[in-house]
This record gives sequence, C-alpha cells and structure tokens, in this order.
Amino acid sequence: MTILIDNKSGAPIYDQIYSQIKAQIISGALSKDDPLPSIRNLAKDLRISVVTTKRAYDELEREGFIYTVPGKGCFVAPKNIELLRETQLRQIEEHIEEIIKLAAGCNLSKEELLEMFRINLEESI
Amino acid sequence: MNALEIRNVTKTYPNFTLNHLDLTLPNGCIMGLVGENGAGKSTTIKLILNMVEKEGGTIRILGTDQEKDLHVTKQDLGVVLDEVGFPQCLDAKQIEKVLKYTFRNWDGALYRCLCRTLSVPMEKPFQEFSRGMKMKLGIIAALSHHPRLLLLDEATSGLDPVARDEVLSLLNEFTREEDHAVLISSHIVSDLEKICDYIAFLHQGTLLLCEEKDRLFEEYGILSCSKETLNALPPDAVKGVQLSPYGAKALVMRKRIPLGMDLSPVSIEELFLLMVKKNH
Repeated sequence: MTILIDNKSGAPIYDQIYSQIKAQIISGALSKDDPLPSIRNLAKDLRISVVTTKRAYDELEREGFIYTVPGKGCFVAPKNIELLRETQLRQIEEHIEEIIKLAAGCNLSKEELLEMFRINLEESI
Repeated sequence: MNALEIRNVTKTYPNFTLNHLDLTLPNGCIMGLVGENGAGKSTTIKLILNMVEKEGGTIRILGTDQEKDLHVTKQDLGVVLDEVGFPQCLDAKQIEKVLKYTFRNWDGALYRCLCRTLSVPMEKPFQEFSRGMKMKLGIIAALSHHPRLLLLDEATSGLDPVARDEVLSLLNEFTREEDHAVLISSHIVSDLEKICDYIAFLHQGTLLLCEEKDRLFEEYGILSCSKETLNALPPDAVKGVQLSPYGAKALVMRKRIPLGMDLSPVSIEELFLLMVKKNH
C-alpha cells in the first residue's frame, strides 16, 4: 500500500489518507478482506498524528469502505457498486456547491454560469 | 483513560501566576507545550512532579491521585528536565549501576542497546559529555525503566538537527504502544509540530489554547492582504495581525472569512507568534 503525505499541499492530512486508501480500494489495488495497518502503526510509520489517522479510518468505515473486527484490526470491505455511485454523486454535488459559491463571489449571473458549463460540457464530450 | 489530567491548578510567584490551568493528555498521545521563556512550561512540569507545591486544583497521573500516590506512580514516569543531573564523575556504565537499584522495571539490555544506537559512549565521564550527549543519555535513562508517561522539559533544545531527529524518533516509537504518552515542552516549535498529536499554548501563565494539531491547521490560515481588506473582515475572524507599511499578514479562522479569498497554510510557529501578539 502506498500513502504519500504532502505537508505543503494544504489539504488536511486526514483527507489525504482517506482519499488515497479509498482510491486504492476503488482501483482494486487493495482487495476485499485485505488487512489494513493498525491506526497506531500507520500513524507512527508516517510520523503523523494518531488522532488524525483515526479520523481517516472512521470516515472510511462510515462510508463502508472498510470494516473493523474488534481485537483484530481493520479490513477492506467488499466493493459495493451502489455505494461507489452514491459517493461519487455526493462528490459531484459538493463540487457544484463550491462552483455556486465561487460564482457568487465574482457576481456571475445564473445564465452566464449555465452558459460556461454548457460550453465546457460540449468541449469535453 | 487519560495519562494526565490537570484541573484548575494555580501557582503564584511574586511576579508570575499560573492561572487555573486545565490540561488533559489522553493515553497514546504526544502533547507539546509551547510558550516563551517564563510562560509557565517548566512550572507546569514541576507541579506535576510535586517539585513545587500547587495552591489549588487536582492533578491525576496515569489514573492515580498525584497527592496520595506519586511515590508509587513515579516508577511509571520517565522524566528529563532542562539540565540532566547525573553525577559528573560517573560514566554511562556506572550510572546504570545506580539506576538499576532505583527502578523496579529497570531494563539494562534496553539501556545499553539505546546507548549503542544513539552512539553514547559507555566509558567516558559524564562531565566530558557535550550538551547533546547529556540530553540523549537523560532520555535513554528515562526510557529504560519502561515508563508509561514521559515528561520532557526542553529536551530537544541544545541538540543539533540530527540528534534532535533521533530524539523525536525515539518519542515516536515510544508512543507506538497504546498506553504510552508524552508531555514535552519546547520553544523549538517546529520539533513539536513534527511529532505532537496535541498542542497547548501557554502565555504568561495562561493557557491560550489546547487543540489537536491537525485541527489547528484546518481551522486557521494566513491571509496576506491590504489593510483595507483586513478592516472589512468580520473582527471575530481575525485572531492576530502583523502589519507592515505595505500591507498586513493576518491569522484568520478559515470558516469565518468569505470564500474565494486565498489563504496559505499556517505553521504552528506563526500561529503562536500571531496569537501572542494579539494578547499583548
């Protein structure tokens, strides 16, 4: 398993761990029932905070990507297509919200925003 | 269980008051105590060890009451104070002979192994040690009776970058065990930033803040902007300002400022400096 922490990127550390483990589960690099390193060992190996690592694992567990066996540790959960779709949809919604806020910041009208989006969409498809 | 609980502890000196200090260090974590000289860091550590008497409040160490059980709990504590006070004429071998009768859980093999890894000479009198060597031996001795809580006062100051990194690695490895914890004070804030889970700021005897380190990075940011822009911000969003004739550098709460403003990440050092300025 590869996890790279970038202290300068500005992205929260827990988010970096969370998204990198998630990406490796989605891509299949980590497969069902693979054991994950313990929270404490991962934190100490990466020299990051234990609390932060726990937060990343909690988030992964809440979203159903990993499961915990008490006393044994954390494991990769079986892939759930429906769940993946659900997560991606939510990400899209979050990005749209971000766009709307940014647009409000530079006084873009609704029509202009839609126009921008339409042009980009046509270019990429 | 918490490794350390300080509740409402007060201590007054003629020119200094440690003001109703509350501090909680959960098990398995490293907490860094940051503050300028005279902020109360050493006083806090001395109060924990009952080297100075507190005027009020309670302290619980590893679940035991400090007033009643400290003599027992001390077997589980590793302590390194600013000056490592081994007898000047003894060498590391002789120091071990003394310590092995002091601590019930003394682990001679671990002591010698750590001395070897950190290249501390075994047969050189303590007085000929450099400051870095003394510090390293102090920390090795503090670790060699398998303590559960380490209290370190300025343990990395005076060390060169390589030795500091070795010491930090030791602390990192020490807390691999779930029931181990570390309280470390330092004014080398970058060291604390590297290893701590929690950061506590002391300023003139008052606790300014005690928070999970990564939360601090998430909550605060640095905004470089003109003075006009700064004045337009909601006042409670700004936690500290450094003005120059050409603009301002402000410590801001990320959530409170309008979106789209470009913030740069804050270091613990900047966070502390700007917060202290605000409190002057």
